[in-house]
This record gives sequence, structure tokens and C-alpha cells, in this order.
Amino acid sequence: MTIFKFPESIKSRPTYGKLEYREGKSYLFIADADGAEAIIDLANDNKSLMAKSHIIYIPNQTGDKYISKLDKLDIYQLYIGPSYSAAQSRIIQAFEQSHMGLQVYLAGTEGLIGQALRDAMAAGIPHTFIQSEHRGSVARRMQCVHCKGITEDVINDPFVCSHCGLNLFVRDHYSRRLAAFQGVCIDAEDPGNVPTSVELYK
Amino acid sequence: MSGSEKINVKVSNVVPLNDLVTRFEFKRTDGKLFPTFSGGAHTVIELKDGDITRRNPYSLMSDPMDQEGYSISVRRDDAGRGGSLFLHNNVKVGDDAVLSHPVNLFSLDLRAKKHLMIAGGIGITPFMAQIKQLDRSHGNWELHYSVRNPKLGTYVDDLISMHPNDVNVYYDDHKNFIDIVNLLDGQPLGTHLYICGPKGMIDWVVGEAKKLGWPSEVIHFEEFLAPKPGEPFQVKLSASNKVINVGENESLLEAIEREGVDAPYLCRGGACGQCETSVIEADGDFVHRDHWLEDDEKLSRKKIMPCVSRFSGKTLVLDR
Amino acid sequence: MTIQFKDETFRNDYTFKNSDWAIKRFPFPFHEDSYMYSVNMEQHKGGPEGSIYEKRFDVDEHYLSEMHDRAQVLRDDPLRCQSLPNMTLAGWDLLELIMVSKSEDYPDLFELHRDGHKWRWINKPMKIDDTFTFLDDATLPYGPMEYITRQTQGDFVVLDQRENNLWMDAGMVTTQADWSLDFDIGMNFFEWHAPVPKAHEMGIFTRALKFLLNIQQGAPARRLNWTMTVNPLLDTSPENYHKWGVQKNTLTPENIGEKQHLRVELQTFFRLPRSNALVFPIRCYLASFDDLMTFPKWGRRLHRVIRDLPEELATYKGFIDNRPMMLDYLSKYDDGKVTSNGIWPDDETEPKLDHVT
Repeated sequence: MTIFKFPESIKSRPTYGKLEYREGKSYLFIADADGAEAIIDLANDNKSLMAKSHIIYIPNQTGDKYISKLDKLDIYQLYIGPSYSAAQSRIIQAFEQSHMGLQVYLAGTEGLIGQALRDAMAAGIPHTFIQSEHRGSVARRMQCVHCKGITEDVINDPFVCSHCGLNLFVRDHYSRRLAAFQGVCIDAEDPGNVPTSVELYK
Repeated sequence: MSGSEKINVKVSNVVPLNDLVTRFEFKRTDGKLFPTFSGGAHTVIELKDGDITRRNPYSLMSDPMDQEGYSISVRRDDAGRGGSLFLHNNVKVGDDAVLSHPVNLFSLDLRAKKHLMIAGGIGITPFMAQIKQLDRSHGNWELHYSVRNPKLGTYVDDLISMHPNDVNVYYDDHKNFIDIVNLLDGQPLGTHLYICGPKGMIDWVVGEAKKLGWPSEVIHFEEFLAPKPGEPFQVKLSASNKVINVGENESLLEAIEREGVDAPYLCRGGACGQCETSVIEADGDFVHRDHWLEDDEKLSRKKIMPCVSRFSGKTLVLDR
Repeated sequence: MTIQFKDETFRNDYTFKNSDWAIKRFPFPFHEDSYMYSVNMEQHKGGPEGSIYEKRFDVDEHYLSEMHDRAQVLRDDPLRCQSLPNMTLAGWDLLELIMVSKSEDYPDLFELHRDGHKWRWINKPMKIDDTFTFLDDATLPYGPMEYITRQTQGDFVVLDQRENNLWMDAGMVTTQADWSLDFDIGMNFFEWHAPVPKAHEMGIFTRALKFLLNIQQGAPARRLNWTMTVNPLLDTSPENYHKWGVQKNTLTPENIGEKQHLRVELQTFFRLPRSNALVFPIRCYLASFDDLMTFPKWGRRLHRVIRDLPEELATYKGFIDNRPMMLDYLSKYDDGKVTSNGIWPDDETEPKLDHVT
């Protein structure tokens, strides 16, 4: 099972739920890696849904694991892509071509959910209306508050900013607009004194 | 503090528009400019009717940028508690009145890519101001306005002549109704929906929109909840150490005010939460008529909204 | 009185100093000998003559230097001033509010001439004389919010009111106590306050939000907030924390009186008319420990507040490591006498000391 129970945290930390069917005009799914499992679970409970759905799936490290199961679902429109940034122009167009009544479902890592949510919000969809279910990796997208660069797939705290090289600690404070958690210099008051890195949630 | 800041005015014009609706225009007595406001705002008008002070909220329908005068349009309600009747029958040019500073509980969401407006009858008033505001900023709006018939179509001629492409009018008597399902279907992502009119219309439009998968976050509505008359009842005001009687045609809030107790209020229509009052003791039935309290709060018997709600029973003790 | 504007710095050589006038009117935030969060709102409707509460937007001797510092911050980091597209109308509301208030409250310093939508704004201290068309962005060198807040002391956060919540959709934030506008923009009231310890469980924010949602035109409110800063550094932003954080370690028993500053924010809340938004000015006042000790009541009280402050709060406010040294200094000014309630110094019974021994 790829379901992780996030510890309780501050009010700006995003929380996720379980995908549920909701009647609408059209259905758009954006998922990565183990997020496919959440779609498959939903499809099994709602047989006619996939025939009306557009699914954008980025397998990443799970490779072929879910592909054959997805193929069997008879999805109306299925795209399998290598990364969020490769898929992004297609995602934005999907929003542009949609109308009110669109139901958006996001599943997978926090990074995928965050970026897709950010783009859905820009298209005019209220963030509280978008369904999301976390599956798989708990690595984070981190914004360095100093250089504004985003470091992907952060699993250790503290970590090194992939842009400016500062040592940053991981905060739970999260920005939907940037789709990232905040990273702040850990050794500002005592330069060089960087604690040993530990894995998140351990 | 009750209500918002007050402005002394004189009635500068009274314009009957049709059998039911009259427009009242006001100018400040101190010669200063009125505050500007955001479309959808309302003002509470205070008028002396003999010994009692009437306070009624009405949407400001004038141009928000027009600081020389304010206007409201009032529909005469023969079956109501007399507020609109008093205005129609008694108020003349030159009369004194007091207006509150504008308060907005029905504002536009300026992030919207399109503002879709649905008006029923006198519900057109907030949209009049909002349309003027949006036109100034070249906002994208569309109005669907349902009236009984052309004679009672308040401002229909003005709206159609100024905005022939964006205003659609429907006449009940001609069996001409808004085709809400088709209207909502196909609206661009980022559309916000605004409804103002009778409760039945609001419930119907909101229901259809939700069925079509519209998020509730983009659906905005304002219902003009006037306090309904009801059986008289007695109330003990614990903090003021008074026992008061609430008459058939006055609201609990009005009775409290009449007794000289200063109770907070803002919209006087059950929507804003400002008059929320704690119940110390209750032996009887609550008649909750507001939109503010959650269901569990209404059932708790610990809170009441005196501007619109009532009570029937042996004892009601409030913390006022 | 004519304000003597100073030419001082809030960085590098830190030439900032408070005159006696500035110290006397400093907003000492503690009305009793201990501190805990509260929704300490009151009406912003004037105050004692000469006090920081008297005018809608207080102007003091640090005005020109603060504006110069702001310009430098923005040159280095323009992301300190941002406005989401739905907030331009609110920006115009704010411009009008500040221009009208300052021209009425300080007629010797500011003038506003309006002819319909053709406005002329004269800011004498900053030598600005601009004519523009109200509501027409093309006629101002910056967006309206940025234009006017480059001429007004304090940070400004402009909040959109929707869904029974307040959303930080625009701001000019160059003198903040360690939070990032670029990160927080777009968040709602509970979200941007998420990192504050204890207050959420206390229900502070739920009550505060309800109060703020109901603030009406013509009825602004205010409250005080406080923290500590080493050196009179205005730009204590997270963005530059990796540069200024180390200054906390430069305190010594010899220099603490001069370098340790109490940083008080006068927060005000005004409803904006055309946009129905809420503006939240955050005006920062700094006073060194030496400054504060010249009023014996403040000396006693500050020691007690800092000594008894819960560890979580001292940590969140960033001075937990320096607290022992602060208490060593402050305890010398606490003779154990009873202090009166309220924030004002006891002028009559204990006049201001000329200097601190």
C-alpha cells in the first residue's frame, strides 16, 4: 500500500483526502507514479466514469507498474508523459478547453498535486473544489526563500538548495501559489553549524 | 457599536417607476460628498414613524462613483411589516432621514473571468450598481432578469437600451422563463454566478448549478430577508435587567432597541452574524429564520439572531 | 510642531537614533507586567495629542530615512511589493485613503488637489509634485499601491474579503518581522498565521477574523504587536536572514543597551470603499533598551515581561538565545516596585531620565 498518514501540522500545510465521484460536465485526472492506484480504485467503484475522462499520467519511478491496469479501464483520453513540465502545455490547454462543471482529480506525490492545483487555480477553479489524494513518495518541492529557486524531491532535512547552495531547513509552511514548502537557511546565526540531515517523518 | 457610521440626509427625489416600485434619492444635509462604495453594498435607512424608529436595509443602486447622491428602489410589500409601505405612503421630497455607511455582503469576486448575474424582480437593484462598477473597468458581465410583465419590469428599458448585448429579460406572464440548465451549460471556467431575488428562485438556481457540478465557492446570492411578523412573545434581557414584549409586527432586535438597549447589528437581514446573541435560558421553541447560524448552533438552543428570528414559549432569557 | 527629519541608516553603519520626542511617544506595548496573546483591538479614532495614535497615518522624524531604506530594499528585491491582478482597484482605494488622510492631518507637509479625476499630489518632504488621473494606471510611475506606499512609513498588506475569510492578495513589505510576502501572497488569514505558536489553539485567530470581517468604512481599528531586533535593522526579512541572522550573536553585555531594540508594530485596519477590501498597515517603531530604560516604569515592566514570557513565544520571536543576556541587563532596572497599569510612562511621579547609567 502506498498510503502515508501525514502527522498533524500547521494550518498552511496542505491535507489530502480520498477521491470521490461527483457529478459534473467533464472529468480531468492528473496523476503521477502511485497516484494511478487511486484512479484505478475510483474507476472500480464507478464503472462508467472512465469513458468520460481525460487522464494525464506521469509514471516517473513506477515505470510500467500501473500501465496495463490503466489500459484495461477504457479511458476516453489517456496521456502518459515523462514529467510534469513536459505535460504542462497539454494540461493548460485542457483547462482552457473546459467549461464550468469540470471536475478535477489529482493523485500522487505532493509535488504533482501542488503543481496541478496551482495551474487549475490559475484557470479559475477554486482550490477547495479540487479533489486530491496523496499516494507514494513523501518527498517535497521546496522553495528557497533566499534565492527563490525550487529544489525538487527533497526527502532530507536539512538539505542543500540546488540553485544557490545554501543549507536550508524544511518548514511545513506551504504556498499554493508556488506549489512548494518553504526552505530557510539553517546556519544563518552560526554559519557552518549544520545539523546532520535526517529523513523527513522519521 | 450598533450598525455602521451614520449620514444625515434629505430626500431629494421620489420617482414611482411602476405600480409596485418607487425610487428614492437622497442628498447629504451637510453638503459633503457621500462615501464611494462597492457594487452590491446596501444602506440601512432610519426613519421616524411617530414614536418608533424604523430601520430597513436596501441595496444601493446608484453608481458607486457618484458621490453627489445615493438612490434606492423599494418594492411595496402590502403584506409585510410596513417598512416599505411607510416609505411609499409617507416619505416625501424634503423629508429627513439617516442612512448608514454602505455595507457590502454581496460583493463581486474581482478574480472572476465572467460575472453571470441572475435577477428576479426587485433583486435587480444590487446589479444596477455592480454593472456600473464593472463597466468602468471593462469587466465581463451578463445579466438575466426575470420580471412579471413589461409594466412591472423595473429599469428594463434603461438596461436594454444601454446594454443590448448583455441584458436578457424574461416575462413570467408571457411564460418566458430563464432556461437555467442551458444557460449554465458551457459557461467558461472561472465564471462566477450571482443571484438576487426571491428565495424560491435562489434555491432553484443554486440547486441546478450544483447538479451541473459548479463549485459552491463561485455561487453568490443575496436574499432580502425582511423580518417576518409573528406571534408576540416575552423576553428577559439579563444584562439590562429588563423584561420586554416583542410585538407581532416588530422583530426581536427592534423590540430590544425600542426598550433603549443598544444591541449590535449590521445587515438586519439574518446574514452577517453581527447581532448574534447568547441564550441564557429557554423554555419553548426557537423560530430560526437566519442564514448565519450553523445547523448545530440552531439546535443547541444557545444562540439566536434577533434581527429576523423569533421564539414561542414560556421563557426566553438573553444575554443583552 | 515642525518635524525635524533625520538622515540616518537602518543597515550597515546603523546611525539610527531616537530623539527624546521619539522616545517619549514610543508605543510601549505592555499594559501589565506579563504578556500573552489577545485580540487587543480598539477603535483607531485619534489619541492623545502628539501620540502615535493621534493621526490616521503617523509621520515622524524617521520618515525620509525609512523611505530611503525602502527604496533600497525594493531596488535589491522588487518581489517585496506585489499585487495580484484583482487588487488594482484596492490599490487606488489605498492611494486615496493615504493622500486624503495625510493632506488633512499634516497640511504643512502634504497637499492634495482634486478636480474630478485629475489629481495633484504634493509631498514636500520627499520633493514630489505629481499630477495624474485617478483610476488610470498609465498616469502613475508605479501601480497605485506601490506609488503611495513608497511615500508612507510602515508595511502595507491589502486583503481581499471573500468566502468569509481574508486573503493576502497584495502588499508592500520591506520592514517586516521575518515573514515573506512572496511566499505568503495568496494565503488566507489562518494560513499566513500558521507558524504562530499557541495562538490558534487559543481561538485568537477565529475571533480576530470575525472582528476584521465586520470592520466598516469610516470605522478603522488598531492593535499593537511586538518582537525584538538586534540593531535598528528594518529589513529583517526571511529573504535576507542568511545575511542578518548572524547579527544576533554580536550582542555583548557592553553593547546590549545600544544594540538590542524592542520592535513594536502599530497595526491598523481600514475598510476600503470601492473594492470592499481591507488594508492592514503595519507601522514599525524601534527603541533601544537604553532608550526604554530612561522611563523607570518601562524599565521595570520590560524586565518582568521578558523574564516570564513562555519559551515558545521567545523562540518564535527569535530571541531565546539572547534572553539570558537581556535579563542580566534589564534586571538592573527592576527595583521590584509596583508598576501602574497601562502603557504610558508615569511622567509626573517618575520623570524621564536624561541618560541611563
